[in-house]
Amino acid sequence: MSDRDTASINRNRAVDVALKAYIVLGYAFVFAPIAASFVFSLNSDRFPSIPLGEFSLEWYKAVASDPLVWQGLRNTLFVGVTVGVIATALGFGAAYTDYRYKFFGKQVYLALALIPPTIPVVILGLAMLAYLSRISLSGNALSVIIAHVVICAPFAMAIIRLRLSQMDPDLEAAAWNLGASEWAAMRHVIVPFTMPAILGALFITMAVSFDEFAIAWFVSGLNETLPVKVLGFLQGQVSPRINAIGTFVFVTSMTLVILAQILLTGRGAQIRPSADE
Amino acid sequence: MKNDTLVSFEGVVKRFGDFVAVKRMDFEIGKGEFLAIMGSSGCGKTTTLRMLAGLEAPSEGVIRLSGKPINDLPTWSRDTPMVWQSLALFPFLNVVENVEFALKMRAVGKAERRRRAEQWLDRMQISEFAGRNISQLSGGQRQRVALARSLVVEPEILLLDEPLSALDAALKVRMQSVLKNLQRETGITFVYVTHSQSEAFSMADRVVIMSRGQIEQIGTPQEIYRTPRTRFVADFLGSSNVFTGTVTASDGGGVMLDTPAGPLRLTSGERLAAAPGRSATLTVLDTRTNLALTAPGGPVNAIPVRMIGEEFIGATATIYLETGTGQEIRVQKSHEELAGIPLEIGQELFAWWAHADGHLVTEE
Repeated sequence: MSDRDTASINRNRAVDVALKAYIVLGYAFVFAPIAASFVFSLNSDRFPSIPLGEFSLEWYKAVASDPLVWQGLRNTLFVGVTVGVIATALGFGAAYTDYRYKFFGKQVYLALALIPPTIPVVILGLAMLAYLSRISLSGNALSVIIAHVVICAPFAMAIIRLRLSQMDPDLEAAAWNLGASEWAAMRHVIVPFTMPAILGALFITMAVSFDEFAIAWFVSGLNETLPVKVLGFLQGQVSPRINAIGTFVFVTSMTLVILAQILLTGRGAQIRPSADE
Repeated sequence: MKNDTLVSFEGVVKRFGDFVAVKRMDFEIGKGEFLAIMGSSGCGKTTTLRMLAGLEAPSEGVIRLSGKPINDLPTWSRDTPMVWQSLALFPFLNVVENVEFALKMRAVGKAERRRRAEQWLDRMQISEFAGRNISQLSGGQRQRVALARSLVVEPEILLLDEPLSALDAALKVRMQSVLKNLQRETGITFVYVTHSQSEAFSMADRVVIMSRGQIEQIGTPQEIYRTPRTRFVADFLGSSNVFTGTVTASDGGGVMLDTPAGPLRLTSGERLAAAPGRSATLTVLDTRTNLALTAPGGPVNAIPVRMIGEEFIGATATIYLETGTGQEIRVQKSHEELAGIPLEIGQELFAWWAHADGHLVTEE
């Protein structure tokens, strides 16, 4: 008897339909506003209304010719990439420490390391502003980087820690036993094994930084990132250009997140092209 | 120290906090020997192996490899490769890359290490899988990769930590002969940790039996099987009937024991100074214990027993009996040897063995 037969015997049709409807509605609720924004970004009308006007790329053209947008995008990309690299490196170190060592106060260490994302961003943003301005680091890209690393590193740590927990605990010792020094084992065993998670963490942290608004708004000063710029536009006037920027940001973030998903769940590490096939 | 000694443990103790994993070990491993360390879980056998591999540091004592103390040598500077219970193959490397690993760590050139790795793949008969991922291999193939990966540096000694425990019974037997042949052909010293009596006894030249962090007995499988040195070993092997009693007489002709099962005599007790009045334990192999309807005469011990059960395994039968005082006795015989003896539950019989077949063991 196949799995499907077993499953159909034990299934209730009504519950099945209800569960499917629940999922469809759930996704609709999440994605409808984004889809609407996407549709209106391609609409020639000045205001979002139905029926739609003509198909048009004018808002994208307007965005692309706005030097302020380009400046924001440059800031965002610079901050995002830098944050991704630093946060992933820190997260890797923190996760490896947790994996490798037992020490007094380890639970406290873990709790502290994972706390930043649970602090309300407004409070974190305010605190960052107060702190960074005190040490003369506020109002530039560096301050956004510092603040974003604080909220991103725990994500990287969580992702890499999960991967390390899937590793055969004998693997590192086996490398030592075969003549690898601790550094060599790190380079030839721990890092290759963790690589899908390292790349996944890199993309996720980049996406988080790319989207993050509140903290950036507090500390960015004149070097506004794109989300902060968007608020600026909104305060001035409601323009379909916002929809165009929103669509662009959404697509970029989703690309990063999907890449991370593929790496983290796609058994990226297990499947390798075989030489004999 | 003898010239043919490769490893020596001298007063080695290992503590984890308050727990003493290895109490005091003094023993030597000869060059080219196949040594099995056997015991139940938690007896300290794996800790002993890990100390030899350099994965644990002894709390006291000295471990020597080829005469040199290696206590302070990190595992990556010793040539003591290990085959892990989990195998610990690198899942992100393919078969030949796994085998090359140790050579790469020793900075052997690319072409040379590929050549040597392929030699070992060939030797282990897994050349056709060179480019495969570990996840595409069967249990037996992985086992061979793990062996090749450890042996590629052609060490003097190979450590094996229950390497066959994940295999099914038939494959286990096949891998046992692969291991034994490999050891014989290469002359590499094998130190093999296992809880399985059949693995240890079928492959090893000498067996170390450990219990609660101590060595109970070291000897050839034959010696240990025939003459267990301690009560623990006799019970652990489960192949002997064990009687504990008080020595009533001890002279050149042997030892007399007064046990709950009756007075028993043995002639091979000279190993032990069994002074009258001392407590002592007698063991006799269940295959050397016989059954009869009437008490036989001659230089034998005979105990009246009642049959309580039987078990057939292939050509042999194990008969379970009970003495008047409730002690269990086992008799293992072929069906032919048991012919003519009525085997009914409750049947009154005599269990008997020759005086010369009994052995004295030290009391715990």
